[in-house]
Amino acid sequence: MKPAAFDYIRADSAEEAVALLAEYGEDARILAGGQSLMAILNMRLAQPKVLIDIHRAPDLGGIQDHGGIRVRAAATQAQLQRHAGLETTAPLLAQALPHLGHFQTRNRGTVCGSVAHADPSAELPLCLATLDGEVVLRSQRGRRTVKARAFFTGMLQTARAAGELVEEVRFPQRRDGERHGFTEVSMRHGDFAIVALAAVVSADGICLGVGGVADRPTVAHWPRLEGTALDDALNQFAWELGAQDDTHATAVYRRHLVRMLGRELIGRLTVERNA
Amino acid sequence: MKKLERNQQHRIEVTLNGVRTGAYCEPRTLLSDFLRQQLGATGVHVGCEHGVCGACTVRIDGVAQRSCLSLAAAADGKAIDTVEGLAPPGGELSDLQQAFRRHHALQCGFCTPGILMSAAEFLQRVPHPDEAQVRDLLSGHLCRCTGYTNIVHAILDVARSRGGAGA
Repeated sequence: MKPAAFDYIRADSAEEAVALLAEYGEDARILAGGQSLMAILNMRLAQPKVLIDIHRAPDLGGIQDHGGIRVRAAATQAQLQRHAGLETTAPLLAQALPHLGHFQTRNRGTVCGSVAHADPSAELPLCLATLDGEVVLRSQRGRRTVKARAFFTGMLQTARAAGELVEEVRFPQRRDGERHGFTEVSMRHGDFAIVALAAVVSADGICLGVGGVADRPTVAHWPRLEGTALDDALNQFAWELGAQDDTHATAVYRRHLVRMLGRELIGRLTVERNA
Repeated sequence: MKKLERNQQHRIEVTLNGVRTGAYCEPRTLLSDFLRQQLGATGVHVGCEHGVCGACTVRIDGVAQRSCLSLAAAADGKAIDTVEGLAPPGGELSDLQQAFRRHHALQCGFCTPGILMSAAEFLQRVPHPDEAQVRDLLSGHLCRCTGYTNIVHAILDVARSRGGAGA
């Protein structure tokens, strides 16, 4: 299908983009890479009256390494994947990005766009929540910074208010002694995950994020656990996620994957850390 | 800032396969439709129109992307390369196209233009690919005829013959 009619406005700066958002309010949608939005428009699941294209705004491009990895609104997933030193500074992202769509969609899709879209099975929101990252929201009134766990509020729902642009996403850099790991099960490579797991194991304990099960990425924190104590914690977490049956998988299978993949991932990271 | 009003025709200019050209279209016109219907580049195939099948893949400023998930308006002023640009009209096929032919890497040919455009960029970026990397690239394309094996062989063959026989 084809999109319904809209006005197309190209914003040449962040300031212009937020001014346009203030002017058009709920009638407008931000277009960055369009790898989620254009599909939704083509299927007419959304019919905004105005599209504000930010992909050429020079002050919304780029990725910087100070105070974490700061990814600007128009920076693509491919740019983050090729970002120098990513395997050292954010190994979780380096492992997760190859699972995100395909080479051809990462070339265009943006990091901030994926976070703003907030699909519960998407990899980048899961990584952001697991790493305890932040989202910078900008409107004409100013900026505010929201923790990832407060940003994702439900299926395709976020704390972003009308008139706000996701201007930047900040991933904390890996701290000394941390091991990062990512794994997922999907029907085909590049499809949305049935279950995706992101884990950080450190001297302090285990941080396990799960995507694709609850209505948003969900993160558990445990002390260092092993053996049956870890199995019990995983089992309880799997049940707490409120898995549901859908066309892709049953709730039983999703809980099974959380338990099995969680055990495998945390076990591997613990061995690597002790080595 | 530039505003294009809905339901009106606006002039969009691109460099298509090295030639400056343009046409009029609405803001909602997809790049895939613009290339096929306004500019005659019917080698751009339209399959799923939501980014899954890969048949519409073209290179925008050199980078392989879905033209069905792009607006013509957003491509204004950019360089677009389609399968028509891989070989001159009536001339010899490119080494990539010849390898596809030699390895029987296509049958009905619907998915082929998209795969060729992806592979063209991929081989510039990764001149020494191994089979896993080629299969990863192909995960962004659906082919219902070949089972992919011959496509993998063709792309690896081109990499080898270009002197990239790393793996």
